[in-house]
Order: sequence, then structure tokens, then C-alpha cells
Amino acid sequence: MNLVDALVSPGGLGLVLVFIFMGIMVIFAVAGRGRPRQNLREIPAFTKLGNAIGRAVESGTRLHISLGWGGVFDIQGTSGLVGLSLAERIARLAAVSDRPPVVTSGEGTLGILSQDSLRSVARAIGAAQQPYIFQGRVSGLTPFSYAAGALPVILDEQVSATILTGHFGSEVALIGDACERRDGFTLAGSDSLPAQAVIAASVEAPIIGEEVYAAGAYVNAGPLHASSLRAQDIFRWLLIAVILIGAVLKLGGVL
Amino acid sequence: MRAPISAAIAIAFGLVVLAGYFIDVPLLTNLKDILVQWGFILASVALLIGVANLFVVHWGKIRKNHPNSAYSFLVIISLLATLVVVGLYGPTGTWSLWIFKYIQLPVEGSLMALLTVILIYAAARLLRRRIDLFSLIFLICVVIVLIGSAPIFGVDIAGLPGPAELRALIVQIPAVGGARGILLGVALGSIATGLRILLGADRPYGG
Repeated sequence: MNLVDALVSPGGLGLVLVFIFMGIMVIFAVAGRGRPRQNLREIPAFTKLGNAIGRAVESGTRLHISLGWGGVFDIQGTSGLVGLSLAERIARLAAVSDRPPVVTSGEGTLGILSQDSLRSVARAIGAAQQPYIFQGRVSGLTPFSYAAGALPVILDEQVSATILTGHFGSEVALIGDACERRDGFTLAGSDSLPAQAVIAASVEAPIIGEEVYAAGAYVNAGPLHASSLRAQDIFRWLLIAVILIGAVLKLGGVL
Repeated sequence: MRAPISAAIAIAFGLVVLAGYFIDVPLLTNLKDILVQWGFILASVALLIGVANLFVVHWGKIRKNHPNSAYSFLVIISLLATLVVVGLYGPTGTWSLWIFKYIQLPVEGSLMALLTVILIYAAARLLRRRIDLFSLIFLICVVIVLIGSAPIFGVDIAGLPGPAELRALIVQIPAVGGARGILLGVALGSIATGLRILLGADRPYGG
């Protein structure tokens, strides 16, 4: 298959759609540059997160960010990558706290990436002499050992808020319960459906579905975070239209 | 710009792998396969580093005489013992499987049992924490699906759909519809996350 044939194949059209998505993101990011605040609908969990970060800094308690156990080489890893962005932003916001944030993960690559991201924050805030001021830890390498390893961090290290963003299973309830027992704030979101059901029932501030991927926009991680939300909205409406047209055509016996 | 060389390498490799998934040209697909294989090798090394990190964290707790350092001691002993046994007998050796069957499985099974209790408690607590329409619908659905799944309640009342039928109705129509809607949102969010990394706006590789 030559390059032209490949580009007009279904796969090639898929790639074109991805580049259109990218183009929309860039256009909205450029158009929104210089605007101090994007119009984002209120998600109570993120409002509570801002308050929890402020309280943790004032009271000298620790923030705990947990990235789950999804590997970065498959689709499960994307919510962990969102968690990394969030961890980096939160580390910057809470850098002046007596107890800097700690990041736990249940997968080797995520563990290394969290340490690297946190070290770059340390350099950026002028703490190059203390590159390990923030801590990135691998708490376990199976779902339950990861949860069991994250519990002592919450129970023993004066954690006042836990942010769970990544790929989890139902074991996320164990972590949520530990936070609850400590009277701490918990925000949690995942790409996994079983975890989302558990999170909806057991966590103070659940974020459901695509709200996980909006986290960066709500903590002002950069203009492309807000513009990617707009691109997602456009594609979501397109998908809804395609599904409805498909359903109508099916009802009419055309398909 | 922060770490321009590592960003350029990551973006270039990311674009090649992305194109390799969509465009069926031998040069691109072969290149994509090689890069993905390299990625898996690096992920395996990262796994070892993860184990080392686990060791270092718990060793640090023992050295600092942390109040719960006995648990850390147990973790390190278990880690070393498993490493020796699996190193000597291989991952499918008798003693390696003994560790898996008689230590890991029971421990994870116990945690799963604990999870059941925690989830029931969490469902009850949901009413205290957030009394709204969605919480009520959530709990009613949970109760119906539980009753429909348990044989002891699988009794049909004349003229009304039985718990099993109600369960099937919930699981097969609204649950599947809702799940697909959420998964579409997750898919779009995943695309956006990947593209932000490709554009260099998110740099999980630090630099």
C-alpha cells in the first residue's frame, strides 16, 4: 500500500480526525491566550480541592496524590498521566508547606515519572539543592498491594487530603476508607468503570467520566488543558449526532 | 523552553508511533513495532526500579525507627524471600507457586472480603453524606441488583416483574447505555491527554 492509499484508508482518516482534534485544541489555546480566566462549568470536587490545598498549606499537613497502577503503555495509563500533571501543579501550589506533597503509584514507570516530575518542580521553585524535597514512591506492584502500601502514607504521615487520579479497581475503596477515618478530604477519579462506581459511593469528592481529564484545566495547568476541553465538547456533540443519525437510519431500515 | 531535547525526542517518537497505528505503511509500522518493543523493555526495567524504590522506602522507615517499622521489616523480608525462592526455583517452581497459592492469594482474598464490608458501609454512609436524587437512584439500583443476584430473593411476585427481571432490565439497558457514554468521554479525554503530551504542553518526563 502506498502512502496516498494509506492516507485515504479508514486508518488514515482516523489519523486525520486526530489531527483535526489537535488543530482545534491549538486554535482555542491561541485564541484564549491572555484571557485571565476560562469559562468552565463548576465541578464541586475541584472547588473543594482548591480549599483543601489551601488548608493543607496553612495547617502544615501533607497532600497525598495517588496515580493508580495503570501502565503508561496502554489506554489505562492516560488517567495516570493526568494525575501526573495534577501532581506537578499541586506540588507547585503546596511547595511552601511544612510537609511537601507525596505521590504514590502502583507501577514502575509511573513511579519514575512522578519522581522526575517532582524533581523538575523542585528545580523550578529554586530548591535545586533539595531535589528530593518531594517524594515519589511505588507503594506496591499489584492492585491490592498498591492499596495496602498507600494506607500507611495516609494513616501515619499527617495527610489531610488525598487526590486519587489514575487507573484503579475496586480496591480504591480501601484507600477512600482510610482517608475517611483520618477525617481527610478525598478527591478521586478514574478511567475504570468499576472504580468509578466504587468512587461514587465511597469518596467525598468524586469526579466521574471525562471530568478526570478536565483536572488540569481546573488547576490552571496551562492553556492547552482548557482548549482540549472545548475540542472534547465539539467531538462529543459530533459523536452524539452520528449515534442519533445512525439510530434513526437503523429505525428507518436504511442501515 | 524546559528540556527541549528530551521534549523533541518524545514528540518525534510519539508522532511516529501514532502514525504507525493509523497508516498501514511497512516502514512506519515496523518502526512503530520497534519503538513499542523498546518501550516494553524500558517498562520492565522501570518495574525493577519500582521494586528497588519500594525497598528503599521501607528500609528508610526501619533506619529511622518509624513507629510501624515492624511492617516495613516484614515487607523487606517477604520481598527478599520471594526473590530468593523465585530466583532458585523459577516462577512456576513448586515453592514459588506455594508462595502464590498459600500467601498471596489468601492475603488478597482477605482484603477482597474486607472490601465487601467497606463498600456496604460506604453505601450506607452515602445517604448521610450526600442526600440527592442521584444518590438515591444509585442506592436503589444497588439494592435491586443485589437482590436480583442473590438466589434467596429470586422469588417472582405475581403480576410484577421479579428481582431477576428488574436486575436484567437495569444491567442491560441503562447501565450499558451509561457505561458507553462514560467510555466515550474517557476515550475523548485520553485522546486529549495524548495530544497534550505530543504538543509538549504536558511533560510527564520532567526535564
